[in-house]
Amino acid sequence: MTIELTIDRQPVSVPEDATILDAAKAAGIIIPTLCHMPDIASPGSCRVCLVEVEGARTLQPACVTNVAPGMVVRTNSKQAREARRLSVELLLANHPWDCNACVRNGQCELQDLAQTMGVTDVRFPYAGEEVPLDTSTPALVRDMNKCILCRRCVGVCQDVQGVSTLAPRARGFETVVGAGVGDNLCEAVCVQCGQCSAICPVGAIYEKDAVEDVWAALDNPKKHVVVQTAPAIRAALGECFGLEPGTCVTGKMVTALRRLGFDKVFDTNFTADLTIIEEGHELLTRLKKALVDKQSVALPMFTSCSPGWINYMEFFFPDLIPNLSSCKSPQQMFGALAKTYYAQKAGVDPADIVVVSVMPCTAKKFEAERPEMQGSGYQDVDYVLTTRELGRMIQEAGIDFMALPDGEQDTPMGMSTGAADIFANTGGVMEAALRTVYEVVTGRELPTEKLHVTPIHGLEGVKEAALTFENCVPDWKFLEGVTAKVAVAHGLANAQRVCDKVAKGEADYHFIEVMCCPGGCIGGGGQPRLTTNEVRNARIKAIYAEDEGRPMRKSHTNPAIEEIYRDFLGEPLGETSHRLLHTHYEKKESSLTPADQVADTP
Amino acid sequence: MAQPRTVVMVPVDADTVTIGARAVKNRFAEAIGRRGLAAEVSVLEVGSFGPSDAGVIAAVQPDGIVYGGLSPERVDRIVEEHFVKGRPCREWLLAGEHPLPDPRATDSRHTQYAGRIVLDNCGRINPENIDEYIANDGYFAFAKALSEMRPDAVVEQVKKSGLRGRGGAGFPTGIKWGFCAAETGPEKYVICNADEGEPGTFKDRLIMEGDPHKVIEGMALCGYAIGANQGYIYIRGEYKLSIERLRQAITAARAYGLLGKNILDSGFDFDIDIKIGAGAYVCGEETALIESMEGKRGLPRLKPPFPAQQGFRNKPTNVNNVETLANIPAIVYRGADWFRRAGTESMPGTKVYTILGHVRRPGLIEVSGGVTLRDIIDDYAGGMQSGSFKMAQLGGTAGDLLGEEMLDVPLNYDALEKVGHVLGSGAILIMNETIGVCDFLHACMRFFAHESCGNCNPCRNGLRWLSVITERLKSGTGYPGDIEIMEEIATVLKTAAFCPLGQSPAGPLNSALRYFRPEIEKGIDVTSARPKPDHTARALATFAG
Amino acid sequence: MTVSRIVEKHGNNRENLLQIMHDIQDAATDRCLHRDVLDELSDIMNIPVADLVGTATFYSMFSLTPRGRHIIRLCESPPCYILGSDNILEALRERLDIGIGETTPDGLFTLEHTSCLGACGVAPVMSIDDEVYGNLTTGKVNAIIDQIVENQIAAARNRK
Repeated sequence: MTIELTIDRQPVSVPEDATILDAAKAAGIIIPTLCHMPDIASPGSCRVCLVEVEGARTLQPACVTNVAPGMVVRTNSKQAREARRLSVELLLANHPWDCNACVRNGQCELQDLAQTMGVTDVRFPYAGEEVPLDTSTPALVRDMNKCILCRRCVGVCQDVQGVSTLAPRARGFETVVGAGVGDNLCEAVCVQCGQCSAICPVGAIYEKDAVEDVWAALDNPKKHVVVQTAPAIRAALGECFGLEPGTCVTGKMVTALRRLGFDKVFDTNFTADLTIIEEGHELLTRLKKALVDKQSVALPMFTSCSPGWINYMEFFFPDLIPNLSSCKSPQQMFGALAKTYYAQKAGVDPADIVVVSVMPCTAKKFEAERPEMQGSGYQDVDYVLTTRELGRMIQEAGIDFMALPDGEQDTPMGMSTGAADIFANTGGVMEAALRTVYEVVTGRELPTEKLHVTPIHGLEGVKEAALTFENCVPDWKFLEGVTAKVAVAHGLANAQRVCDKVAKGEADYHFIEVMCCPGGCIGGGGQPRLTTNEVRNARIKAIYAEDEGRPMRKSHTNPAIEEIYRDFLGEPLGETSHRLLHTHYEKKESSLTPADQVADTP
Repeated sequence: MAQPRTVVMVPVDADTVTIGARAVKNRFAEAIGRRGLAAEVSVLEVGSFGPSDAGVIAAVQPDGIVYGGLSPERVDRIVEEHFVKGRPCREWLLAGEHPLPDPRATDSRHTQYAGRIVLDNCGRINPENIDEYIANDGYFAFAKALSEMRPDAVVEQVKKSGLRGRGGAGFPTGIKWGFCAAETGPEKYVICNADEGEPGTFKDRLIMEGDPHKVIEGMALCGYAIGANQGYIYIRGEYKLSIERLRQAITAARAYGLLGKNILDSGFDFDIDIKIGAGAYVCGEETALIESMEGKRGLPRLKPPFPAQQGFRNKPTNVNNVETLANIPAIVYRGADWFRRAGTESMPGTKVYTILGHVRRPGLIEVSGGVTLRDIIDDYAGGMQSGSFKMAQLGGTAGDLLGEEMLDVPLNYDALEKVGHVLGSGAILIMNETIGVCDFLHACMRFFAHESCGNCNPCRNGLRWLSVITERLKSGTGYPGDIEIMEEIATVLKTAAFCPLGQSPAGPLNSALRYFRPEIEKGIDVTSARPKPDHTARALATFAG
Repeated sequence: MTVSRIVEKHGNNRENLLQIMHDIQDAATDRCLHRDVLDELSDIMNIPVADLVGTATFYSMFSLTPRGRHIIRLCESPPCYILGSDNILEALRERLDIGIGETTPDGLFTLEHTSCLGACGVAPVMSIDDEVYGNLTTGKVNAIIDQIVENQIAAARNRK
């Protein structure tokens, strides 16, 4: 059913579940918003989207007010304009004005609002009391002086991720967004996913910046600096330079990295392919143990690429840790191999190698600092930049991104397949695994259209698929007729639903892919702002297009992978693999960092 | 069983407890017992008589004698003189007119005791004895409804009575019930809003302390009418005595089968539990109250959906104020027409007010909607205690300030609306010329800023600045333009704030400007100029540190 | 009573949270909700601890910082204000040598403001723990404090 209403004297016809905001958009009228985020429940509390509705006693927030037949709305009456402008003025009055030196300068929604509303004077003196920065975690910085209490971070932390690290404290003018029970984020149950930093409209929560460290490494002539870029970067980096979401910029990205001075431009995709080989064999081995040897083995197996998800398991489902694949994430596999395999091959002292990752993710910063991640004898990954930080570096270096010619990654660790590309999307790791596992088991290519497993595509929170193995090759004959059941979840609130089922023994899956962030890595906490479902879908589409355009689309067909097994690793799950590519995790107590280790944070 | 001929009634409420009413009552019982009079004279703890300026009071009935300013030592003398020797103890007779509730009184000064609907039992019966409530027609309305009326007839009766919510907003109660009654589904709730947080308002407390069964009966009637089987009383944590008396009353009603399963063999089940708040004014707003009952921060919810559709536990819920519910038994038992006759056209029934401030006799009264502010000050409150009338705040801190020219407007919804004011919760704060308007406004704004839930931006930030600006005006250091900014914030708050808490500060501010603008303007230092916002303060502080 | 016993008494349901926190706080000698207790409550009730902190700090009757044995809550609402609550505050400050939100060094008193105690008929008003004191004057305030201190000393003597 559609509803007819009038907005600013224009007749509009919209679906019955539309809000005034939706209807205005349909009529070509832009109503400013702040606390409202598409895809998350709006608190309706910032009051910058107020409009006049005929017959209503008070102004109505457009973002949460549903349309009604015959409704007459005025979005820019004097009353509405003045209320919106004062609302913004009041926010500015309680926000520091060090805009020029703010990480969000020029990309700040509050600045934009002030400009849109025509706020040219603030009649209230700023009276904030200095609150120290919270830099206690490896990934995130919280500057509560700048918080304007829109609560988008709270919404994403509680509703989307279901971890509820953040919650408002106190009331009235004293209200602050608190983390856990203490003062610092490191004392809280935080998975470091950074969704809060990706959704914050101002400079109140942001990624801990590693740009200076990376510059220092690049400036040091003794260092051999190699860079890896995660699959999701190429579909989002362009947004830092004004390109439409969903524009793939792989070639320009490679050239930009080279111009920044990296000695080798590699690709996390390489170790994504490697992950498929290792994780695929791990799954088949677990299935064999269960089906043939009748041993007790932890099934279903969960993927382990997403460090926010790993943190989540350690906090919330420690009993399911044995179900996690022992594979390190592609980032960490890369680091370990860069300082061993590559060092050997290139004849560089691993002590001089600096591994820089570019990740769509803030939790990767935390992961790189894990004490477990020193398989090479060094810290495997030295610095992690988010997509946003790389964008800033390119800008600072004066590189005209749009004018860059396309480049190609270096060999051998820059070579990859389409299966690695799709690691960026929810459902991608699973599809990549099935492409290889099915072929290993049956000797035939996955029989689906364009090698896609479409039931696990898209933004549905929990997705399922089943695949029956027929006419298996002799080694895997025991799987003959077995139907593999798989599930895919993204966003931790969805992951929790799956974990609850598994913990209760109600799930009959064999293999489950979980990505911490909604949409998978393309929606990571380190990606350009703002990531809405519309943006997620555009990035996902770009990634599948990248995959389909590749000559090689199955991990086991990557010649560089064949080479590394031949020259260095031996066999999947072998002794070297075990040392460099696998790890284990442990239960975490109620804080990210034990309190006694917190003392020295700056 | 022999009935004692004489009764000593000591009003014990949260106010009088603080000045030793319990000790006085105990001393009476002890002294009367010592003299062997216990069979003839019974000692009762009752609810408030009304005035709260006379110290601890005791009334001796049927003699019609009232003593005031009592202490345990004085009790001994009174027992000797009055009960042993048989002559009233003149020394401590309450001076002048006494506040004994007497429905037969014809003296115009005592009309507040005639025709009481809500407080008819307060101060007359022992609130801790259900039999006394029943002996005064208590639970008759409930029995009548269960045996003779269909639920929709009860709703109809309340609609016809014209009763409007007594919590402050004045929404027609019957219509509200109708919304909830119309919802299908077996699970519905009745909530009694006893989170009386409006400063100056304590009528609900005195009703609950003086006649708790009336509230319970009102809730049970509401449950029957709308089809709910469970009621909750959400009461502020500070009201210890009310909580005690309500708990006691619920237990007694259960024991009599007036709460519980299959009440009076009607097939209707209803029970009541108590939920205790933890100190948040905003929880008086019904959706915030529901959030708080669910154990969360008391943030008002977005409406729609309204509580009648999705309230407590997301089920249809009807929330009414204590006084509103206390009107219900009389309406159902005596009928809507009777109720309408008791009041004015626009405000059927009575209204309970708490009078306070610079008057001789602060306290509690129940009057009809025709009474004016002047009547209240002169007749009911015994005139000004000192100085002359300057202004009154009507309806608590969220209420309008009224100047002298409003002294003769009848206090009812319509008459007040005509002159641009609202009635509010029932507090009447009378102030003399010693109180500065800016000083008073600052106290109001400070209160609101402290009680804002902080959820919506205009309320959270706007109230803070209103508090800062009124503080400047109070000290005579306002900047030119401060009054205009204050008006602008008030206007925006009224239309832009999320809930009534944020919308209501416009009431005191705009009305203060209406009557006292010249005085407020004196708070401006005309030689000063608003400094440019200095947002570098933070950076400098860091630098210096 | 332990945290789990208190939860059990009221029922492990979020609806009972305020009541549970009231009881936990009353059971603490320093009249506050401790951090470790909130962590424990979070585990027992399966409510994120940030959420518990948010709820507790919303209500003025809960405190997360240790308080004295007796909590004085002085009403600062307009009705009490116009009848001189400021003078009472001054008297309390002088008598106890602490400001709002502070605790005396001997741990006996904490001074707080409250928005309204609902006893406006006898304004100005304060409460000490569960007792409400009305019609306050400077002299009366000192007498009340003296009495409590005296009782405390007597109780200590009896214990010896």
